[in-house]
Amino acid sequence: MWTRALVPFISIAVTFLLTSILILLAGGNPLEAYYYFLIAPLSDKVSALEVLVKTTPLLLTGACAVFAFTAGFWNIGGEGQFLAGAFAATGAGILLQGVDPAVAIPLMILVSFIAGMLWILIPALLKAKLSVDEVVTTLLFNSIILFIIAYTLNNVWRNPITGWPQSPEISETAHYLKLIPRSRLHMGFIIALAVIIVEWFVIAKTSLGLKMRALGLGKEAARFAGVNVNRTLFIAALVSGGIAGLAGGGDIAGIHFHLIEAVSSGLGYTGIIVAMLAGLNPLGLIPSALFLGLIDTGAQTVSRAMGLPIYLGDAVQATLLLVTLSMFVILNYRIKKA
Amino acid sequence: MENIFIVGLLAATLRVATPLILGTLGELFSERSGVLNLGIEGIMFLGAFVGFTTAKLTGSLWLGILMALIAGVIAGLVMSFMTVILGVNQHVSGLGLTLLWTALSLFGFRLIFGEPTVMPTIDTFPTISPFEGIPYLGTIFEQRLLTYIAFALIPIVAWLINRSRFGLKLRAVGENPEAVDAAGLNVYWLRTIAQMIGGALMALGGAFLSEAMLGAMSFGIISGRGWVCIALIIFANWKALGVLWGALLFGGFFALQLALQAIGVKLPYELLLTLPYIVTILALSIAGRNVTAPSALLKPYQRE
Repeated sequence: MWTRALVPFISIAVTFLLTSILILLAGGNPLEAYYYFLIAPLSDKVSALEVLVKTTPLLLTGACAVFAFTAGFWNIGGEGQFLAGAFAATGAGILLQGVDPAVAIPLMILVSFIAGMLWILIPALLKAKLSVDEVVTTLLFNSIILFIIAYTLNNVWRNPITGWPQSPEISETAHYLKLIPRSRLHMGFIIALAVIIVEWFVIAKTSLGLKMRALGLGKEAARFAGVNVNRTLFIAALVSGGIAGLAGGGDIAGIHFHLIEAVSSGLGYTGIIVAMLAGLNPLGLIPSALFLGLIDTGAQTVSRAMGLPIYLGDAVQATLLLVTLSMFVILNYRIKKA
Repeated sequence: MENIFIVGLLAATLRVATPLILGTLGELFSERSGVLNLGIEGIMFLGAFVGFTTAKLTGSLWLGILMALIAGVIAGLVMSFMTVILGVNQHVSGLGLTLLWTALSLFGFRLIFGEPTVMPTIDTFPTISPFEGIPYLGTIFEQRLLTYIAFALIPIVAWLINRSRFGLKLRAVGENPEAVDAAGLNVYWLRTIAQMIGGALMALGGAFLSEAMLGAMSFGIISGRGWVCIALIIFANWKALGVLWGALLFGGFFALQLALQAIGVKLPYELLLTLPYIVTILALSIAGRNVTAPSALLKPYQRE
């Protein structure tokens, strides 16, 4: 089993070797670049906190993917559920003007979670009742919410003065509390850690978790063992969607305070990388999200310090996913298959 | 007036349908061989980038197309390495490759063009009008060569998949790879060829967008067209001829929305754009279990 624990480290090393090619092509020194990627962000307090800020939504979108994938429900719609959460939280936040934070903040959390659940409801129902492939439906719902947000920002919420497609600000009483003054780190980080611990408990210690794991290993075997397949799939999907919604709502209530179209820029998809890197283990999400959060922050440092395109960060993340997946196979440990 | 509107609409439909046809035919090769390629969105983006950049730097549009095709073949090989050779989960590999190709394209674009205030452009392919001077037909068929090629590819691909020896092997490998292996054919190689052809077609669809429609490269150039192709495959029930109707329906819808906007009809066009997706989901729900996906789709093959 010890090789399995080594896979992430070997994968990181291989990823750095591969992406060095890009850095060399761009005329940079790979070692210098990786200093800015991995060390520089941690060397001062401001940027180290920024790593935690970037980690927050990734913990949740990763948790979204782990929960659904564990049950064999291929929720590719984390991006859409994130956006649904952000959209609903913005709407709620605007309406909550003047409402006491003790009421407003729990409401923001609740609304985000419910919005994420609603956004996966139809794919989950279609899968459970009609066996319609969830990959395609969750994917299509990602596009649908983008159009709905674009419509709302271009019409209902368009800023009347600047004309920008940007929603009004949410109520200050609905802002998530700051964890550290004068930083962007907010209580969403604690919420994310709590969600992950609960998720670990549910998957590892409860009968629902047992059923989900059985289902993830194979539908027929699970059915034979007496698992109510449709019910379990449905619950796993809904909770997974809710968690992604929480991530979207948290970014509105904790960072942006208004809605823009680019609010996510792929955080839902990155969550799938986080989940696979964690080997679909909930507790593994913490190091894996921290690492991707570090790369996100580091990409900005590299870009500022060396003038390399910021998309290097995305390339490193995607390469890391593919290398990790390959390494698990090459080192003869197979990640669960659909 | 009404005639001009309808003629313009039909012309736009053919134009908008072109990248959808190319992408969907590419995905068709992939899926009929048993591999769901969610890398399509990224491969189309890569094709758009490589095509545009080559054309901009060399001044040759056709060299751009050639390079896009090569990039697509390489992308197909990588997908094959992940899913056919290693047998890694197809959903996650495909999505990962979409992220990778998109990131690499954007990285390359910044590296070559920097962050220009005015985006670089190229002159697009000229249109060809075989019916020039004939009313209506002349205007509708004033299209780029690539559009004619895309439409011509539909019957060719249908023949290739349904009638040719290669098609027989391809279908067999997507339905029953064990039997193909038992017959002494190489399952891995057949699926890899399907990935290479598929990748080339997807990249060509992307290159059409940058080299024929826009004459530029933009962040949102594909904006979900690859996902539309994934939906169109189901719509077409994995049949090449079905792709024609699906692409015309989707293309027509996008074109109608654009045309109505152009003549100043006030419409919530963003909401209208969700309709094709909703229709696909409805079609999926109604067809439900009746859709006939290749039996070995999503199943990596391993020799005993």
